[in-house]
Amino acid sequence: MRRFLLLIAILMLVATAARAVEPAERLADPGLEARARVISSQLRCLVCQNESIDESGADLAHDIRMFVRERLVAGNTNAAVIQAVVDRYGAFVLLKPPIEPATYVLWYGPPTLLAIGLLGTLIWLKRRQSTPAETAPLSTDEARRLDGLMRGNDA
Amino acid sequence: MITELGHFALILALFVAMIQSTVPMIGAARRHVGWMAVGRSCALIGFALTALAMLSLMHAYVTSDFTVINVIENSHTDKPLLYKITGVWGNHEGSMLLWVFMLSLCAAAVALFSDNLPPALRARVLAVQGMIAVGFLLFILLTSNPFLRTFPAAPNGNGLNPVLQDPGLAFHPPFLYLGYVGFSVAFAFAVAALIEGRVDAAWARWVRPWTLASWCALTIGIAMGSWWAYYTLGWGGWWFWDPVENASFMPWLVGTALIHSSIVVEKRDTLKSWTILLAIITFSLSLVGTFLVRSGVLTSVHAFATDPERGTFILLLLVAAIGGSLTLYAIRAPSLKGGGLFAPISREGALVLNNVLLSCGCATVFLGTLYPLFLDAMGGPKLSVGFPFFNRTFAPMMVPMIIAVGIGPMLAWKRGDLLGALQRLWVAYIATALVLLVAFYLTYGGPVLAVFGLGLAAWLGSAVLTEFAERVRLFRVPLGDSLRRAIHLPRSAYGMSFAHFGLAVSVAGFAASAWDKEAIEILKPGGSIAIAGYELTLESVTRVPGPNFMADDAAIRVTRDGKLVKMMHPERRFFPLQKQTTSETSIRTNFLTDLYVALGESDTQGDWTVRVYWKPLVPWIWIGCVIMAFGGVVSLSDRRWRVGAAARSARRGMAEPVTAAGE
Amino acid sequence: MKRLIYLLPLVLFLGLAGYFLVALRPNHDVHELPSVMIDKPAPVFDLAGLGDSKPLALDALKGHPFVLNFFASWCVPCRQEHPLLMRLATENHIPLYGIAYKDKPVDSNRLLASFGDPYRQVGIDQDGRVGLNFGVYGVPETYVIDSKGVIQKRFVGPLTAESVEKELLPLLKQLGRS
Repeated sequence: MRRFLLLIAILMLVATAARAVEPAERLADPGLEARARVISSQLRCLVCQNESIDESGADLAHDIRMFVRERLVAGNTNAAVIQAVVDRYGAFVLLKPPIEPATYVLWYGPPTLLAIGLLGTLIWLKRRQSTPAETAPLSTDEARRLDGLMRGNDA
Repeated sequence: MITELGHFALILALFVAMIQSTVPMIGAARRHVGWMAVGRSCALIGFALTALAMLSLMHAYVTSDFTVINVIENSHTDKPLLYKITGVWGNHEGSMLLWVFMLSLCAAAVALFSDNLPPALRARVLAVQGMIAVGFLLFILLTSNPFLRTFPAAPNGNGLNPVLQDPGLAFHPPFLYLGYVGFSVAFAFAVAALIEGRVDAAWARWVRPWTLASWCALTIGIAMGSWWAYYTLGWGGWWFWDPVENASFMPWLVGTALIHSSIVVEKRDTLKSWTILLAIITFSLSLVGTFLVRSGVLTSVHAFATDPERGTFILLLLVAAIGGSLTLYAIRAPSLKGGGLFAPISREGALVLNNVLLSCGCATVFLGTLYPLFLDAMGGPKLSVGFPFFNRTFAPMMVPMIIAVGIGPMLAWKRGDLLGALQRLWVAYIATALVLLVAFYLTYGGPVLAVFGLGLAAWLGSAVLTEFAERVRLFRVPLGDSLRRAIHLPRSAYGMSFAHFGLAVSVAGFAASAWDKEAIEILKPGGSIAIAGYELTLESVTRVPGPNFMADDAAIRVTRDGKLVKMMHPERRFFPLQKQTTSETSIRTNFLTDLYVALGESDTQGDWTVRVYWKPLVPWIWIGCVIMAFGGVVSLSDRRWRVGAAARSARRGMAEPVTAAGE
Repeated sequence: MKRLIYLLPLVLFLGLAGYFLVALRPNHDVHELPSVMIDKPAPVFDLAGLGDSKPLALDALKGHPFVLNFFASWCVPCRQEHPLLMRLATENHIPLYGIAYKDKPVDSNRLLASFGDPYRQVGIDQDGRVGLNFGVYGVPETYVIDSKGVIQKRFVGPLTAESVEKELLPLLKQLGRS
């Protein structure tokens, strides 16, 4: 644990000199460069957490940005470039987790939950409408208490 | 000496909290007035003691007492006074002390402003707060004591991380913690209500100001953190869906739901067990957030240096606090009776929809934040859950929510007239359509979703204004009458309008970020960059010494159509102590767009990397948050809810002594 | 039935607490990334040697299992594991090869000159490309590669006496036998 933080600290130390995508990294071809930016924004910087390599100043992010651009220049498709990075670092580098059995709960959980929530609320409302009102009238002391409050405010 | 005093005060505070957590609770059960009254004095004494502890740690920082380990690790004699003070909570131990200080502040506030509460309820609320205080005081004293000494004294300290030496971040934690911890009051009220087995309109009315106040503080705290990220990081990012950010966002979402559902309890005497659950969950999420940040189970940029032992301790606290309250909930909640018919198309129906959407939104954020941890715990693959996930799941849930926020306030209680409400919103349709058309025309070929987002903001903003106009019957009655109506509108109505309008303003800011422009160039002095009609010329870079850093200060002349707009001065600061460089950005705002300049590194030939961003509407994100929080404060000032309002009038003898009535 | 709904929050929370407990289990570093390169052929490299050392090429190393250590002079944790590497080289005589990751050769040389050189050969990976192909995300990282050039294990961060005794040496022994 401590080790890792130390590692990060060291890496950051070397890295702070750079900040996000550098002019020197850019490709001459604006079309390729635009693709590089799109790809970079989808890849996670491994040492800085939840930042994409496009945004990160870390040294490793710079290396991967260069790697991405070299592959693009070599004629790879966007998908092939991303796959090449995943082959080296694993699916962890993808900011958007792939949709696979291990992530079904992640991806389908929210819409399912919303459906259950809305449906449950509807059922609850239906039941509420059919049962005759069991309006609990305020008990005398509740009424007095509320009354006191209201009068206090109107004063 | 003063440090020992603080240490001793903290230990004493633990014993006082132990008394506060037991005696009043027993007193309430046995209806013993004297025992119940103990809670109040304990809360006040506890506050005085933790304040003393806080002050003595500050004293150690200000005087640079390098026999205190915590000061050695986080301070330095060269550090400016402001950061010596705020450095107190720039580390784990000190920030936990701030946490406990805020907790005791809340308990003291409850003790002071609760004359209108039935003594038994007050005693139980204070006892529950005492229990939370016991847990966290134990945690500080056993695992994270900031008062530990070392001899001989260190010659000097290690200094504070330069990134934290910033006014924005200096005041971000106090607001955030006030928000987190403030929800403990609602939590304590919920637990007390479960013990008593009674939730009524009066209860909702008592809880509301506390929830609102915490919500305002949390809103400001989150906004400050995001604003800090924006101007510090050097490229203008303001939200990363980072676990620690999410940890503060989740209580905000549920807290927002709580504010709304407690209105239903108050007005319609229903939704009780749900509101109680929300109150418990809101504070529970604050606790879970604390656990996530400090235990090291999640990876985050913001996390403190962590220690598994601390993690285990906080986990125990979680199980005691959350597990205990939810057990009580499982036992007592079924007997809480809700009354009243409940029509789907009504104000309360809209508030329920708000609750469903906000809760599902929070659950989504929760799932996204913790899913990597779940997979890891089950031996699954390592995954990242980044912004694309939240954009695809959380954002779509908020769209119907924002649409509904525009309509909900137009519906009447009990039975609303949806068609009528929709008809009365015709001005909002026109405004939305206009904004959509203009935005689409201006940004033709650009991102369509952003246009849609701006349309949503326009819808909400104009719907809020329409609703307000309806309330004062603008243009239907003579203007003087409208004015009179406006003056007599309750503050809470104004508060709602402000808060909803603030949301609209923020949404516009979020949406417009899709139109950001950037220009990154390597410039020699004299070179220039053009962006969005501006011309930025790097005139010179000079080296300027700061208090504990060396700065390279760039003078950049910004012109538009040949006329000088502003001289901007982005800096790179080198902190020799930490051997760390930070970037001090320069931002020129006209409240519609920001021009954002950051100085990058230089090469040996004296060329500098200059990053320039043009960001439309980005200031609106934080302006919107401020308006939202302001709405909360306005609502808080409503005399009906004002803390202690009833108490004051009771003292004036204008109402029956309510406290006696509660018995 | 109705009561069960009220029990649900508690059950969900206890489940969550259980996960937290698992996440907190000792000796488990949640931050450590497992390598996806395990059981895959090591990426081919052919690096210029440091100082007067020969070029370091994967093909030349195949034929017997070996240990590949990514290090750098700017990396503080590397210094922490350095004495251990020295012991591995001089006492255990393991075939240890080094790759100077993103480091100026002058600096790497100075490091090895002042702390001792545990490596049989050192390759220079100044642009970090070989590191990237291996999936290195922080130095030091240590790989155990078998005689066919297939990656068997990766250690992230400095090696410890414990990880060497319990994992590295037994693995090498087993690879040497087969």
